[in-house]
Amino acid sequence: MARSLFEKIWDRHVVARRAGQCLLYVDRHLVHDGGFHAMANLAKRGLKVRRPQNTFGTPDHYVPTVSRNPADAPTAEIRKMVETYSINMENNAVPHVEIDDERQGIVHIVGPELGLTLPGLVLVCGDSHTSTHGALGALAFGIGQSENEHVLATQTLWQSPQKTMRISIDGVRPRGVTAKDVILAVIAKIGAAGAVGHVVEYAGPTVRGMSIEERLTICNMSIEAGARAGMVAPDDTTFQYLSGRPFAPADFDAAVKFWKTLPTEVGAVFDREVSLDASALEPMVTWGTSPENALPISGVVPAKPERALDYMGLKAGTRLSDIKIDRVFIGSCTNSRIEDLRAAAAIAKGRKAKVPAMVVPGSGLVKKQAEAEGLDKVFREAGFEWRHAGCSMCVGMNGDLGRPQERIASTSNRNFEGRQGQGARTHLMSPAMAAAAAVHGYLVDVRKIS
Amino acid sequence: MAEKFTRFTAVAAPYDPVNVDTDRIIPARFLKYPRSQGYGQFLFHDVREEPGFILKQPPFDKAKILVANANFGCGSSREGAPYAFHDAGFRSIVAPSFGDIFFNNCLKNGIVPVRLDDQTCLSIRNALKASPGSEITVDLQTQKVATPSGEFDFAIDPFFREMLLEGVDELGLTLSMLPQIEAFEKSYAAATPWLTGATRPGSPRP
Repeated sequence: MARSLFEKIWDRHVVARRAGQCLLYVDRHLVHDGGFHAMANLAKRGLKVRRPQNTFGTPDHYVPTVSRNPADAPTAEIRKMVETYSINMENNAVPHVEIDDERQGIVHIVGPELGLTLPGLVLVCGDSHTSTHGALGALAFGIGQSENEHVLATQTLWQSPQKTMRISIDGVRPRGVTAKDVILAVIAKIGAAGAVGHVVEYAGPTVRGMSIEERLTICNMSIEAGARAGMVAPDDTTFQYLSGRPFAPADFDAAVKFWKTLPTEVGAVFDREVSLDASALEPMVTWGTSPENALPISGVVPAKPERALDYMGLKAGTRLSDIKIDRVFIGSCTNSRIEDLRAAAAIAKGRKAKVPAMVVPGSGLVKKQAEAEGLDKVFREAGFEWRHAGCSMCVGMNGDLGRPQERIASTSNRNFEGRQGQGARTHLMSPAMAAAAAVHGYLVDVRKIS
Repeated sequence: MAEKFTRFTAVAAPYDPVNVDTDRIIPARFLKYPRSQGYGQFLFHDVREEPGFILKQPPFDKAKILVANANFGCGSSREGAPYAFHDAGFRSIVAPSFGDIFFNNCLKNGIVPVRLDDQTCLSIRNALKASPGSEITVDLQTQKVATPSGEFDFAIDPFFREMLLEGVDELGLTLSMLPQIEAFEKSYAAATPWLTGATRPGSPRP
């Protein structure tokens, strides 16, 4: 029987079955500074990390972005998180980077960038945006801290078999329509619960034509449609991306030979099929408090849900392009890779930000590359702040927070109430759209700026 | 570690919004605190003071079961969300659908997530509003929920049903299977010789 990419990976990782559950083997477990509950529970049982060589750590959620010194954390409690991370990594001999290492960064940027994320692997991390890594053809999903503890102790995880969904995307994207716009359109179409209980495979010519960084953005937001994981079948684009990465297999040819056996076979059956025409899309923005509240920038604020309108301080019927913003955040595991920064810099170049704007590269290596290309200079000259790598204002756990009622144009993934700070109002969009908003002061169609 | 669950009866509260995310259940700024501090105080922290918030209104302030709406607990993987429910005394949440990670996290924390269809959840929420203070019983043995709008069967994975009914320690169970895991690792390594750990010789060790 024809099998899908997901089924092939799942089947070869089943260690045991019991009462409808599969004990799955985990190839890569990525850990970060938010995982201290798991580490504490592990220690309480007198256990150590069983397979440090399958584990890799980078601090991201709590790190200051103003410098590389944990002492610059805004509170002693936040600083303690970064320090606890280092202690936990050392005590368990887990391969990891510290805050001052150029390879440090957001865990979902670091995994692919270092070649830790590979096709055919099962990869987990205590963060819902672990779906990102599926862009390289891995089965990757977020887990809670009890599950982290279980993986640390056993290198396995009990999981229910998942349903499958294929989202086929065809059509040439119009100018200004990025991967972020495509995934926002997907979420708007199927809803924030549209893929609950499913592993999504993104397929079709539009996806095949995307760079790995674009695919990472797409897979990253799978969780915003409720999906357990998002994946793209590995192809030559994948192999080229991985070639030469520090942790890519030494016997790369043997790996490629295996990876070529992974793509979904013709005739494989999915529980649900969805299709999307990318040629009909426009740059997208969200207006409400769920990522499904996404509309083309030419749209108007709808009448419902009322709670979202109240929270966002918006009136039904307002044109999205009439919404004035207070602040801009360019960063997060969704959009902080080099291609994202190039796209934002292309808009910022030669212009001035009308509102406070900050750019937070996804990793030290992204930052270094951007600086080599002079992007930091472009941003600074346009009045944007240029920060160090971390999760920063996507979730604000390091203290990079929006103020109540502050309206933020953000390249992150969640516009939930309070996500970027108590009362802060988030509009999600692509890096180019966020940069355009910064220099215009309002939400704006980037095509009118460039 | 595992807490036993057989049958739980408590006052239930209706909570209508769809897509309630884990940021609303517990804002991220509280996740840095040790569990020993108790997470119940953080439950719905930033919406508790809103007029009409259901868990502040007697008799719903006594509720230990929540009857919610679709996609409850969507968003982040933070286990602080079920910690907050657990520490506030909740042992069951009924909804048409749940965020997958939140659903799993509930099961690991002695909270039984009950999936019932949209119409059934709506009828239960309405019944709870019509007769405030009504109790619901969630029976894991019989897989039935007794509510003011009727008794309903619910499905739950047999694996987790057994774990919760017997109070089996899931990690303890898996640790007892280590020989099987080691055998798997051997054959897996043989089938995938190109795949080595993050610290294979020759790679830059952080």
